[in-house]
Amino acid sequence: MRSVSVEGLKKSFGDLKAVDGVSFQVEKGEFFGLLGPNGAGKTTTIRMITGVLRQDEGVIEVEGIDLRRFPLEAKQRMGVIPEVGNVYPDLSAMENLDLVGKFYGMPKGRRRERAESLLVDLGLQERKDDYVRKFSKGMKQRVSIACAMIHEPPVLLLDEPTEGLDVMSRRLIVDKVKEMNGRGTTVILTTHNIEEANRLCQRVCIVNKGRIVAIDSPERLRKTAERTQTIEVAFDRAVDIGLLECDAVLRAEPCGDKWRLITHDPDMAIEHLVMIKRREGLRIISLATSGPSLEDVFVKLCEVPR
Amino acid sequence: MSYSIFVRGVWVTAQKDMRIYYRKAPIFIFGLILPTFLFFAFFVGRELDVNVYFPGFLAMALFFTSSSVGPLIVPWEKQAGTFERLLSYPVSITTIVLGDVIAGALFGLLISAIIGTVGVLLLGLTVESVLLIFCAFLLGNLCFSSLGVLLSAPAGRVPANIMMLAALVRFPLIFVSGIFIPISEMTSPGVYVTYLSPLTYLVDVLNQAMGQTSVFAWYLDLGVLAGFMLAFIFAATEILRRKSLKGL
Repeated sequence: MRSVSVEGLKKSFGDLKAVDGVSFQVEKGEFFGLLGPNGAGKTTTIRMITGVLRQDEGVIEVEGIDLRRFPLEAKQRMGVIPEVGNVYPDLSAMENLDLVGKFYGMPKGRRRERAESLLVDLGLQERKDDYVRKFSKGMKQRVSIACAMIHEPPVLLLDEPTEGLDVMSRRLIVDKVKEMNGRGTTVILTTHNIEEANRLCQRVCIVNKGRIVAIDSPERLRKTAERTQTIEVAFDRAVDIGLLECDAVLRAEPCGDKWRLITHDPDMAIEHLVMIKRREGLRIISLATSGPSLEDVFVKLCEVPR
Repeated sequence: MSYSIFVRGVWVTAQKDMRIYYRKAPIFIFGLILPTFLFFAFFVGRELDVNVYFPGFLAMALFFTSSSVGPLIVPWEKQAGTFERLLSYPVSITTIVLGDVIAGALFGLLISAIIGTVGVLLLGLTVESVLLIFCAFLLGNLCFSSLGVLLSAPAGRVPANIMMLAALVRFPLIFVSGIFIPISEMTSPGVYVTYLSPLTYLVDVLNQAMGQTSVFAWYLDLGVLAGFMLAFIFAATEILRRKSLKGL
């Protein structure tokens, strides 16, 4: 059964077509990702689905409710973390949650109970009565996610929820979102973090220049680029990129203390690596091959300049 | 549309405004302290009849307090990054505008009620019609709170900019609305300018309610205030709606 349905969505700002005919359906309980480079139209799409921005054309339905005709009813069924969606700095964490609960019409007792539970789960119990303006970015974002979840919405829309956060905050937020998804909540996530989308999403929709360029499960998308493979190699000392170049290596890029080689012929590429190891007197510390990553698919489809 | 969600959104928006923004310093400075100083600057040292000028002072205090919150809420929210989140709740632009109007009006109602009561009890001023005063307070506060919200509608993210615009609109109004020179003593063509100011009608109806000389019938004063209120709310909603189409 469909939870969110987007059909022929269009939005322009002056001459710029920010979203140009985007259509997709998200099933109930699905974890769905919107991926794309900066300016691809992800946030504009999410803003239209959340009712913050009005579409020029197209139909959005949330839990079967037409957002344009019944915006309040549709919004009532969503929990949202907007891209620019801070919580009120002059209220405490508890007051923020209480206020949001009121917007969703929750009774006082239920608001209190949910707020307490979420603050415990997100590690904010001891600071619940402190003003949010005194919180770190990660703590503010945890309050923000709690605000999106307080009314236990059937649909959760998260626009870059873990962007720029510390590891602990990111983990707490991801765990909480996964828990909600496990209980049947539909999640739509936009992110730059391809690995995060790969780990969390059942399907991803790759958007570029306002259009959908691919929509499928991460595994199936990977298969579309399976003509190439990746070799990660680490030597015992720094190696110049020129040494790694050969006919079999399509592209070489540094990856931490390793080199990441994209190749259509892993056998020849490894032979080349062994040859330069011998010639230069190097030692191979680690060597791993893998199929194309979601990132490779993303790069290929979005033609991201490297 | 679900009216229960709409009404709830209006009331919770108003509660949010009262909880967060009434504590802010500019509200007290521009809403309370400034009109008090303005009045005393005019009144002290001159042998003026307090009965004649008190309705005007009351109207000025009401005008400043009720229109002090509105201009700042949207710019503050945009600056703090909370406006987009607010729009994602089950609210509409109309809900937000009405919530902001009610918040400003309640603040103005409280302050004007205190000033009115103090005036009557301490200065021994007479009240001809309590009901008329109540209606004037209610409509006056709603009208000028709507004006405050309208001033904020075209605003960006910088509250200081909107404060300048608000001052530019509010200060001239107090000089052309019969506060310092009673309308009945004005001569044309200046008197025609006063007819364009909504504050004129509040001063006039308060004059009538407190036994002073009024120019218009009370129902006309109240009707004009209601008309201005509706026009301000409509304009604020339309401006915000058009801005939201362009991406907030």
